[in-house]
Amino acid sequence: MTPELFVTICVAAIVSGTSILWPALGEVLAERSGVLNLGVEGMMLMGALFGYVVDVDTSNIWLAMLAAILAAMVLALIHAFLTISLRANQIVTGLAATLFGSGFTAFVGKPFVGAVAPALLPRIEIPGLSTIPFFGQVLFSEDPVVYASFILVPLMAYFIYRTRPGLNLRAIGESPATADAMGVSVQARRYLYVLIGGAMAGVGGAYLSLFYTPTWIEGMTAGRGWIAVGLVVFGVWDPWRVMAGAYLFGFVDGFQLRLQALGSTIPSFFLNMLPYLFIILVVAVSSGEKLQRKLGVPTALGKPYWREERT
Amino acid sequence: MRAPLITLERRTDLSLGRRAGILALAVVAGLLFGALLIWLTGYDPVKAYTAIFGGSFGGGYALSQMLAASIPLATIALGTAVAFRVRIWNIGGEGQFYMGAFAATGVELAGAAGRWPGFLLIPAMIASGFVMGALWAAFPGWLRAYFGVNEIITTLMLNYVAILWVNYLVYGPWKDPAGHNFPFSPRFPGSATFPRLWEGQLHAGLFVPILAAIVFVFVLSRTQWGYELRVIGENPTAAHYAGINIRRNIMLAMLVSGGMAGIAGMVQVSGVVHVLSGQISTNYGYTAIIVAWLGQLHPMAILVVSMLFGALVNGGFAVSQVGIPQALGFLLQGIILFFVLGMGDLLSRYRVVVGRREPLVASTPPEAAPSMTA
Repeated sequence: MTPELFVTICVAAIVSGTSILWPALGEVLAERSGVLNLGVEGMMLMGALFGYVVDVDTSNIWLAMLAAILAAMVLALIHAFLTISLRANQIVTGLAATLFGSGFTAFVGKPFVGAVAPALLPRIEIPGLSTIPFFGQVLFSEDPVVYASFILVPLMAYFIYRTRPGLNLRAIGESPATADAMGVSVQARRYLYVLIGGAMAGVGGAYLSLFYTPTWIEGMTAGRGWIAVGLVVFGVWDPWRVMAGAYLFGFVDGFQLRLQALGSTIPSFFLNMLPYLFIILVVAVSSGEKLQRKLGVPTALGKPYWREERT
Repeated sequence: MRAPLITLERRTDLSLGRRAGILALAVVAGLLFGALLIWLTGYDPVKAYTAIFGGSFGGGYALSQMLAASIPLATIALGTAVAFRVRIWNIGGEGQFYMGAFAATGVELAGAAGRWPGFLLIPAMIASGFVMGALWAAFPGWLRAYFGVNEIITTLMLNYVAILWVNYLVYGPWKDPAGHNFPFSPRFPGSATFPRLWEGQLHAGLFVPILAAIVFVFVLSRTQWGYELRVIGENPTAAHYAGINIRRNIMLAMLVSGGMAGIAGMVQVSGVVHVLSGQISTNYGYTAIIVAWLGQLHPMAILVVSMLFGALVNGGFAVSQVGIPQALGFLLQGIILFFVLGMGDLLSRYRVVVGRREPLVASTPPEAAPSMTA
């Protein structure tokens, strides 16, 4: 592998990884609060379509991002309402959200298929830093969504492990009854984190339609929402590890795309399988890990909390 | 404190009829909400529903198409229900469906070359479809049973892999040389296809889900395995202490559900499309999950619900003929599931009481529809 090729793949890895990183970080928050959100794929699609539509309408990338976030949050609100207030099964509700998201976006987005988004996320080269060999190209010539994720990961890690609201977040996911007794409103916080998680899935989706692809295609997430859910398992609900997983995924994805572009003799179908097989591998390997056994799943994940039924 | 006039009381019992009524109500509410959404997005809801209804129920041809679409749904959903009963979330029906179709096509290609007669070829194709679907599900099942690996993720990822694999075949080695470069396998000979039963696409594969449902009912109510399935579904802890081998049951459930999806794939290529391609499924694997859930994991209910969803899938084709995107069928499925989850759960949990009749003392712990809230 030539150095130039390696740099190209690394650049692709950051971009591809970022589209997963945002939804995955959002899922970390939702799952830490005890709500499994399998609707990420649908929420990403909502973000991708609405970001794109508003972008086409207004040519304003920031309005487009906002629309993407709001659209994804609407779907997240439905998920929150059904699972938190009505205590519906979280797995099936999440699936419903994904089905709804893909159906709705395919239905509404039909007339928009194909055109390129007019206003794209700008690439900003950070003065000074961007001239550093390798790192300048890979890390400091990126777009705002990437930079924001660089800040978001340490911020989230600090929030989860070092602040009182972060402690409460962990508490409602581990032992909601205890948190409730301590005066923490379990239901309200779960709503909050599911909504934030949805918003971040929306960012990931818009990143696809406004930067990565950049256009609207039916089902364009191609399983990235599910991959994000998988990465959360791999990342043991830890922002840093999730970030590492997202970039690792991005690297595999960038690598196979590069190989295709270079006209590899391996059929593209097999190369396209690589990212999915990679996720199966990392989820399988990490499930048996010591760390997983020690930290494990948030105890109350998937279980609705209802004060009257407290045990 | 005075009792309020209208209160919500916990339900502790729920008859089968009432449950069916609630589901029907939720479906109707979902369709009404869907109409609102269609109208808001600038299409004509009356036109849409007329097309769906007419395309699935208006006459013999429509009924035949609707039933044909419900065959893969019912077949996959019956298997999915087995897995869901032991709380294994096999979301890989779509991939297992494709792998079953792939294996059946492989046998067909070999068998057609050897000029096998239909009575030999068809059973061989069914068997290969079952085995391949089961194998495709066995890997995530094994990971889940022995290493605790989340099966939702693994089964889902394998869907994409399976579809890519089938696409590789039909764009490459299995492409029909006489097919004008379309990504299809060669057309199946008559000996590899199910006979059509009626006008339209209804074919003899209709008996597959019906037969499977009867076997399923028998297994559930009359066999030890069925008993174990029920115990694990109701209370995994009790099942564990009763000495039921959970790992074995997880593997079995995955094999059966994967195998059923594989058979569905075989039935689809052999009964409807007669070629292998990357487009043999209209998201049947995902829709079947809803069907299994709405059917409350009960075989006979699944058969009924699969017809409703067959109508929606088929309705998707019908509305696309009148200028409304086909995805409407898919959208309506999502909405209906939302309403069943929300309204269905709410109504089956509480009843509206006007004026209080008795003191509010919970005598027994509230119970929702069995195993639907875990």
